[in-house]
Amino acid sequence: MDLMTALQILDSTVRLGTPLLLACLAGLYSERAGIFDIGLEGKMLMAAFFSGAVAFVTGSVWLGLIAGIAGAMSLAVVHGLASITFRGNQLISGVAINFLASGLTVLIGQKWFALGGRTPALSGEGRFQPIVLPFADSLRDVPVIGPVYYELISGHTALVYVAFAAVPISWWLLFRTRFGLRLRAVGENPAAVDTAGISVTRLRYAAVAIAGLLTGIAGAYLATGLSAGFVKEMTAGRGFIALAALIFAKWRPVPALGATMLFGLLEAVANRYQNIDLGGVVIPVQAMQALPYVLTVIILAGFVGKAIPPRAGGEPYVKER
Amino acid sequence: MSERIPKWADVVLVPVISLALAFVISGLVILAIGENPWEALKLMVNGALGSSYGWGFTLYYATNFIFTGLAVAVAFHASLFNIGGEGQATLGGLGVALVCLALPWPHWGLALPAAVLGAAAFGALWAAVPAWLQARRGSHIVITTIMFNFIGASVLNYVLVNVLRPVGSMDPATARFPPGASLPTLHDMAAALGIAWGRNTPANITFFIALACCVLVWAIIWHTRLGYQIRAFGKSEGAARYAGINPVRITMYAMLISGALAGLMAINNVMGEAERLVLNSVEGAGFIGIAVALMGRSHPVGVLLAALLFGFLYQGGAELALWTTIPRELITVIQALVILFTGALDNMVRMPVERLFRGRGAA
Amino acid sequence: MGARQQTERQATAAPAIELRAISKAFGPVQANKDISIRVERGTIHGIVGENGAGKSTLMSILYGFYRADAGEILIGGRPVQIPDSQAAIRAGIGMVFQHFKLVQNFTVLENVILGVEEGALLRPSLNKARRVLGDLAREYELDVDPDAAIEDLSVGHQQRVEILKALYRQADILILDEPTGVLTPDEADHLFRILASLRDQGKTIILITHKLREIMEITDAVSVMRRGEMVATLKTASTSPEELAERMVGRKVLLHVPKGPANPGRNVLEVENLRVVDAAGIERLRGIGLTVRAGEILGVAGVAGNGQSELLKVLGGFQRATGRVRVNGDDIDLTGRRSDGQTRRARGIAHVPEDRQALGLIMDFTAWENCAFGYHNAPEYQKNALFMDNAAMQADAQAKMERFDVRPPTATLAAKSFSGGNQQKIVLAREIERNPDLLLVGQPTRGVDIGAIEFIHKRLVALRDAGKAVLMVSVELEEILSLSDRIVVMFDGRIMGERLPDQTNERELGLLMAGVAA
Repeated sequence: MDLMTALQILDSTVRLGTPLLLACLAGLYSERAGIFDIGLEGKMLMAAFFSGAVAFVTGSVWLGLIAGIAGAMSLAVVHGLASITFRGNQLISGVAINFLASGLTVLIGQKWFALGGRTPALSGEGRFQPIVLPFADSLRDVPVIGPVYYELISGHTALVYVAFAAVPISWWLLFRTRFGLRLRAVGENPAAVDTAGISVTRLRYAAVAIAGLLTGIAGAYLATGLSAGFVKEMTAGRGFIALAALIFAKWRPVPALGATMLFGLLEAVANRYQNIDLGGVVIPVQAMQALPYVLTVIILAGFVGKAIPPRAGGEPYVKER
Repeated sequence: MSERIPKWADVVLVPVISLALAFVISGLVILAIGENPWEALKLMVNGALGSSYGWGFTLYYATNFIFTGLAVAVAFHASLFNIGGEGQATLGGLGVALVCLALPWPHWGLALPAAVLGAAAFGALWAAVPAWLQARRGSHIVITTIMFNFIGASVLNYVLVNVLRPVGSMDPATARFPPGASLPTLHDMAAALGIAWGRNTPANITFFIALACCVLVWAIIWHTRLGYQIRAFGKSEGAARYAGINPVRITMYAMLISGALAGLMAINNVMGEAERLVLNSVEGAGFIGIAVALMGRSHPVGVLLAALLFGFLYQGGAELALWTTIPRELITVIQALVILFTGALDNMVRMPVERLFRGRGAA
Repeated sequence: MGARQQTERQATAAPAIELRAISKAFGPVQANKDISIRVERGTIHGIVGENGAGKSTLMSILYGFYRADAGEILIGGRPVQIPDSQAAIRAGIGMVFQHFKLVQNFTVLENVILGVEEGALLRPSLNKARRVLGDLAREYELDVDPDAAIEDLSVGHQQRVEILKALYRQADILILDEPTGVLTPDEADHLFRILASLRDQGKTIILITHKLREIMEITDAVSVMRRGEMVATLKTASTSPEELAERMVGRKVLLHVPKGPANPGRNVLEVENLRVVDAAGIERLRGIGLTVRAGEILGVAGVAGNGQSELLKVLGGFQRATGRVRVNGDDIDLTGRRSDGQTRRARGIAHVPEDRQALGLIMDFTAWENCAFGYHNAPEYQKNALFMDNAAMQADAQAKMERFDVRPPTATLAAKSFSGGNQQKIVLAREIERNPDLLLVGQPTRGVDIGAIEFIHKRLVALRDAGKAVLMVSVELEEILSLSDRIVVMFDGRIMGERLPDQTNERELGLLMAGVAA
């Protein structure tokens, strides 16, 4: 494998890893606050649809992004109502949200565009365009560094850079600010937060809303960055891979970057090669596709380091007498 | 401390109100996409229940949902949320296919018991790993069963593309099952009794197996020691350990039964209908089991009723898609709303109902 | 600051807290009825009462967890509204709950600043808290490592963190809810020293407890609650434990169960060198040895958390251990496949667990299902090889409930619908009617009303008189003294000593419970 091939694979790793990263961070905020979120998939799908649809109708990808965020946010509100206000089962709520998105996107898409659930193809201002970083062209011919800079680091859409920036920002927010302290506390022991006179409800809604925002960006990226428009079920299980990555990363932002990029790499490799021949042993493409899930199960099983979720995760907060 | 609401309100009133809410909102969705909900409902009722043809499809779908609904319900009794019905049914299909293709079956009466075993065993196997991980390693079963859905899909994909695909075929599917493995349809059975019943519908003898499973699950859960232990474990793991109930064993049994039930669905769709194994044969029925179990309050009678309702919705939805501009995905939305209102938003309905009864109690 | 001190000084005449006619109902249950109380500034004020007397509800109202249906709260003479915890904190009230409200994987500093951070960034708050904690540690013997994670601290230290949290929030009034329940005697003494020095600095302390010894030892005044009502407020110096006990229960306490002398026979239970190491690697039982003979009640005394729970769990078959245990002379499996509760029951061991709601009963099961719990494999409950005989179970439960005077005697009601005493009777009926050779019983009368206590004690004595062995764990010394034929005292996973009830007293046992060999 030459440098160029490697760079191309890594480049597509970044592009495929970006939605995973955004969704993974979304899940991180939510679950750190004690709200399990298996509805990442649905929220992303909803965002992908609305961003694709609005970007097409208005011709503005930015309006599309806003619409996508609004779409994901509306489902986040449903999740908040069910799991915070009405103290319902967070897992069941997540399942419902995934179906809701899966049905509504096609229903509305068919109503608006009559293309069997797709949105019309986007072009020009309707899509996020690659950003060429300064000096990318001039440095292109410098050996190794040049191609790495040009191919891998430069030339992505704005949302990719947003996703990568979100990692250190999230770390700082969670571990260096008052908001982060309270957010982590509410996922570990909401009673401690409550008796300290802070609203558990408000904090958890804030976390769920951030999850809505980030899944919104993730979905918008899928429809307007990675692809040119919305296709039925286009998230294709990415929400669950993001969930897997979250467990893999043990609910920490920086490892989340590593986990999502690893899973992005697996997808990139599976896309490029049907079967990988490792000196006689052929790894089928299906094995590559299943690998993120298998790895997550192994991690969950505690054979390779134990993944301990936030202690109050999944439990609605009820004041004790 | 006394019961907060009477039993009938808990079992009937709350679910009915939740369901009504789900349907009202579904009606609003239909309105919003410019169709008439009342007309849509009439079309659905006509298409799904207005003829033996419609019933043939409704019962076929319902059969799938009874199996997956019971699967989720049994796990619920042990406080385990099995989201893996989809994967377990997928693997059940593989079990059915292997059994049906293994021998040139002379008669369905021989093929059926063998296929039942194959379906149940493969379904149970696919539930066994997450169950063991939950029981022994404390791995959250919701996440592992989700992961196993995806792993199952990849396994099936691999097996269909690389192993079971007949030579020369481009289609990732098995060969057609031998004629001797063909199950009698409701049409065949009704004809034998001299009753006219629509042709060309997929409902088949598996429906009666599903009904038998309802009875079986009811008997297991409320009339056997295993069921007693499953329920005790589901209500309180600490107390179960005090009573000498082995948590590992109960988790395993509950999930094996759950997985086997999900796997049995394949008798209906793979052996009864398609007569070969194709990719994605489960078509989301594993997930509908969640809605069915929630709506049916994990009781076999409730599951049966909920499965019939969803069977009706599926067939009715197909009719809608045929005659109106409403896509089939409407059913997915309704399903989501049912899960939301009967499951996640249960308290939204329950709290006002409780208040109502408290008010009456005080008066 | 000067102005504030001025007003505070003017207010010294007013009580720190005054409650006027507070009432609170939960549905049909009147938890607090027309409660009025004055707590003077700079005093330690005890509030005593049985479980369910309404102490915790009253304090929850004071801390903004509940709103009173009626009544008025005055802090330093001024009426205040306390709609939430934030308001309570602003009013200068700090609360140390029975179950600590700490974030386990946070450091002490992080827990202390939670909710009172100085700004959006953590660093300045952490720095300030480190400084303040240092001062507080010097002032009140409240030293803890500010950078330690809570999960690594002992219970006593965790409690200090709770007190530090309150002081950091500049609380003038500190409420402690059953603070010594989880402490070793040493830690409790330390706590009392801290409380005394806080009082001397002008803080007001409310101590909720049901331990009369503590009231007598440290409080200046004491209020007695009974069934949601405030019965009396007394100067501690002018009252006695007997008077307080009588006011708490409303009549003379039956301290001595009528029982004849024991006729102990052969050894039923023999325990040697029993050891348990918990998941965190801490040794909970450090080589326990004891015997219980047929026809006697062995009382196991000790402060909660000194290994009694583990002892019961090991003997009951749901905790692994090493060592040797013989029942009727035969060894029982402590680690293998046959170390489960089913095997124990088959060997004639019955167990009334300490926590009946979490262990002894399935609260959502009906009474008849609960009456078979643990014995669900018994042949009389089976119809045939496959099915259970639900009708037989119901009839059996009905009979047991009537014999044990469970009210209401309705076998189809869910366990959660019964009162604490009646729940306990269901468990006792199930276990005693099995006619076991050995009955393990933990906290037999915890959360049980007075009437039921007598009944339960009589049943235990009757079982003894029938020639059975009874091992009773209780944190209530009175219960231990009045019911046991022999007493062993546990401390820190060991047996500190053995005494005969008529040759010892509460003082001596108390010393043993404190780990002091008498």
